[in-house]
Amino acid sequence: MGASDFSNLPHIGESVRRKEDYRFLTGAGQYTDDVVLAAQSHAVFVRSPHAHARINSINIDAAKAAPGVLGVFVGADVAADSINGLPCGWLITSTNGEPMKEPPHPILAQGKVRYVGDHVAMVVAHTQQQARDAAELVEVDYDVLPAVVNVADAAAGAVAGAGLHDIAPDNHCFKWAIGDKGAVDAAFANAAHVTKLDLVNNRLIPNAMEPRAAIGSYNRASDEYTLYVSNQNPHVERLLMTAFVMGLPEHKVRVIAPDVGGGFGSKIYLYAEDVCLTWASKKLNRNIKWVADRSEAFLSDAHGRDHVSHAEMAMDKDGKFLALRVHTDANLGAYLSTFASAVPTILYATLLAGQYSTPQVYVEVDSWFTNTAPVDAYRGAGRPEATYLLERLVTRCAWEMGLPQDEIRRRNFINSFPYQTPVALQYDTGDFFACMDGANKLADVAGFEQRKAASAAKGMLRGIGYSSYIEACGIAPSNIAGALGARAGLFECGEVRVHPTGSVTVFTGSHSHGQGHETTFAQVVAARLGIPVDNVDIVHGDTGRVPFGMGTYGSRSISVGGAAIMKALDKIEAKAKKIAAHLMEASDADIDFAGGEFSVRGTDKKIPFAQVSLAAYVPHNYPLDVLEPGLNETAFYDPTNFTFPAGTYICEVEIDPATGSTRVDKFTAVDDFGTIINPMIVEGQVHGGLVQGIGQAMMENCVYDRETGQLLTGSFMDYAMPRADDFPEFKLGHVCTPCTHNPLGTKGCGEAGAIGSPPAVINAVLDALRPLGVKDFDMPASPHRVWEAIQSAKA
Amino acid sequence: MQVQFTVNGRAASVDVPPNTLLVHALREHLQLTGTHVGCDTSQCGACTVHVNGRAVKSCAMLAVQAQGADVQTIEGLAAPDGTMHPMQAAFKECHGLQCGFCTPGMVMSAVDLCKNHPSASEGEIRELLEGNICRCTGYQNIVRAVQQGQKAMAASA
Repeated sequence: MGASDFSNLPHIGESVRRKEDYRFLTGAGQYTDDVVLAAQSHAVFVRSPHAHARINSINIDAAKAAPGVLGVFVGADVAADSINGLPCGWLITSTNGEPMKEPPHPILAQGKVRYVGDHVAMVVAHTQQQARDAAELVEVDYDVLPAVVNVADAAAGAVAGAGLHDIAPDNHCFKWAIGDKGAVDAAFANAAHVTKLDLVNNRLIPNAMEPRAAIGSYNRASDEYTLYVSNQNPHVERLLMTAFVMGLPEHKVRVIAPDVGGGFGSKIYLYAEDVCLTWASKKLNRNIKWVADRSEAFLSDAHGRDHVSHAEMAMDKDGKFLALRVHTDANLGAYLSTFASAVPTILYATLLAGQYSTPQVYVEVDSWFTNTAPVDAYRGAGRPEATYLLERLVTRCAWEMGLPQDEIRRRNFINSFPYQTPVALQYDTGDFFACMDGANKLADVAGFEQRKAASAAKGMLRGIGYSSYIEACGIAPSNIAGALGARAGLFECGEVRVHPTGSVTVFTGSHSHGQGHETTFAQVVAARLGIPVDNVDIVHGDTGRVPFGMGTYGSRSISVGGAAIMKALDKIEAKAKKIAAHLMEASDADIDFAGGEFSVRGTDKKIPFAQVSLAAYVPHNYPLDVLEPGLNETAFYDPTNFTFPAGTYICEVEIDPATGSTRVDKFTAVDDFGTIINPMIVEGQVHGGLVQGIGQAMMENCVYDRETGQLLTGSFMDYAMPRADDFPEFKLGHVCTPCTHNPLGTKGCGEAGAIGSPPAVINAVLDALRPLGVKDFDMPASPHRVWEAIQSAKA
Repeated sequence: MQVQFTVNGRAASVDVPPNTLLVHALREHLQLTGTHVGCDTSQCGACTVHVNGRAVKSCAMLAVQAQGADVQTIEGLAAPDGTMHPMQAAFKECHGLQCGFCTPGMVMSAVDLCKNHPSASEGEIRELLEGNICRCTGYQNIVRAVQQGQKAMAASA
């Protein structure tokens, strides 16, 4: 079935209320910490209080003797059992042909700790309180070493003696580049004007509301492990843990990610705790639960962003872009997390063409180890960094060329598709002008000057900021990803199990941790089979029930996971037509299927779907000689291209120049997500993304002490989380150019808000402050920072 | 220590160490796992329950302080036949939840908010929800849900 036929089916485009809500609203959700296994014991991790230190000795005697303690484990135990370190799933090759530096990432420290929060020991006891008390008794003798925290300091080699890993004494992990440097340099030589920009993309802490949690369980009778874990991709977790870290037979390990309270990328990865619990569950023959405190989550969840960049745009005299040149230093943290190396490279630099027909783009990325928590994908993953850089630069180009922010974008928008960018991607479709027009109208840009005057009358400054983003989602064609260094496939699976009475259970490798798959995917199936949405249940998050799937990240669920279900439905439909043909004594080729009924073309013969499903399982009148009984089909879908959601966002801020207090007064988002299956859910995704993106721009900021490497923003008291009263009501609009290469026409919507919004906010702040002489501003726009910018411009 | 109180209309008794927080008594001793723990600084509000009719962060209160109190958790909000409270129904109708983790606390806060501020404006609702953090929804649909729940509660009062 093609995308245009699909989008016309019933339930497609309908805001069906969510099937999963009742359990969440009545307290019946089952998150990992809600799971209680028999004789469950509890683990607590002893973490490094130092950013960088050598471990001279660890004394666990007192801890072992403490009440209720079942076991205390340290790095030596890991080494004795030959447990490997955590692997990185993406190999980046440096410009000199060398592979990236891949230092060991032990699950418990081996001789050295490299960030505050690094895992040193695990204490297991009957109760959590006993484990906590015993953890206090673990004595670690450290020699503290110099720490390097800021990526700029790492790049400058500014801290002597702060080499984290023997394999990379200068802390350099890789230098990577994309684009034609010679052509870019030549274009710059002939440019009428060059606009330059230095900027910082601030480090963030994901802070899903459910802290990470896991339960390791071992069954001696069957020699099987079960790991419950708050995770976005249980099969990936299992594969990495069994094949790369523990050397366990994959079929003996079941990973269950039950209800998961938000992920935003931070629950993609295989973490040390997950392995420790699985390993110790056999050693102690116990079920062992660990739940992160929020403080622990701050220290040890993978963080996001943390780039320092320099960008230059070459233009002709009319503001037409000729070439873009970018250098970025990316902070990887202390170790390579699961997909860390892909974020500042493949997921970042390939998006730097943006929505523009810039003929030449050259991007160079240096990545560095520092004494901070590992950095990995966080909502958007590389694409917010690309969008922030490009859209800040484009607005600066506009101001330097004396053009309105929308006009310079229009002059450079790509206007025909497919479009091959100079940085590897091929955009299949889009309509950037329509998004811009829609946003301008919805944001009432025409009334801006009047609102600005009204603000001025109150002594306030008002600014407007634009951002036109594009992202690559639906990751990814496995062969292309493989050629770019991915060490995993990126397909998705879907199994459609039609029951004899015609209701359906679907098993998907995608994972819902808030996205509403149980509803959206059910709509897809219900639409195709012509049955009520309530007759379809979606099962996900359990390697024991679902075929091997790749999970949810990169806004891929509907476009890859949904497409896999569509492929399985194609098989269901094809087989069901054969059964129907037999039942109605007609030829397969003459059978139509629509609205839940099979009919013989040109006759009034028809039978409902449930009659066919029943025949499949009660095959009395059935072509058993040529057709197997049953109606249960599995498909794996590997996309042929990325999908390219795009849009234009417009932000208006009002600033009190006396205090620096800045308020987002209006925010408008017009997105092109292709086909929309459930508008209510899609809008919810946009709202959430916007608050994370505007949160980054306005308040969120992860800060480590530059010398000691102590995390200064280690709780909700210090790390500003967006609250309800920080935002106006968002105005959303949509444009639809369906994706051309998947059967649904969908593009994905989960990350757009977080990708598109930060530059719109900061461009608005700068627009408001420009008259005061403020030229540069880095996120977040806290009152203090805005006030400082105003004061330094005055001085 | 023995703590006797009423939970969701039923007499309950738990034997807990004196430093046990109310939230842990509810989750671990009474298996009422709908009340969640999202932080350790009483900021997030995921653990909000009602104690003697008022919304309270159950991580900021010892279990022993609930001696004799009437405690209501998210599990006790729906009618005995499972019909959702108007506020729960409004959250579903308005898509005021995504991952669901902050939801029980958010709903308990919202019910209290509407009881005490039956005519709170959108801006006031946003301010009154300051003690509850949601990372998924961007709050817009939560605010809509509270407005709708507010009307439904007023109508059924």
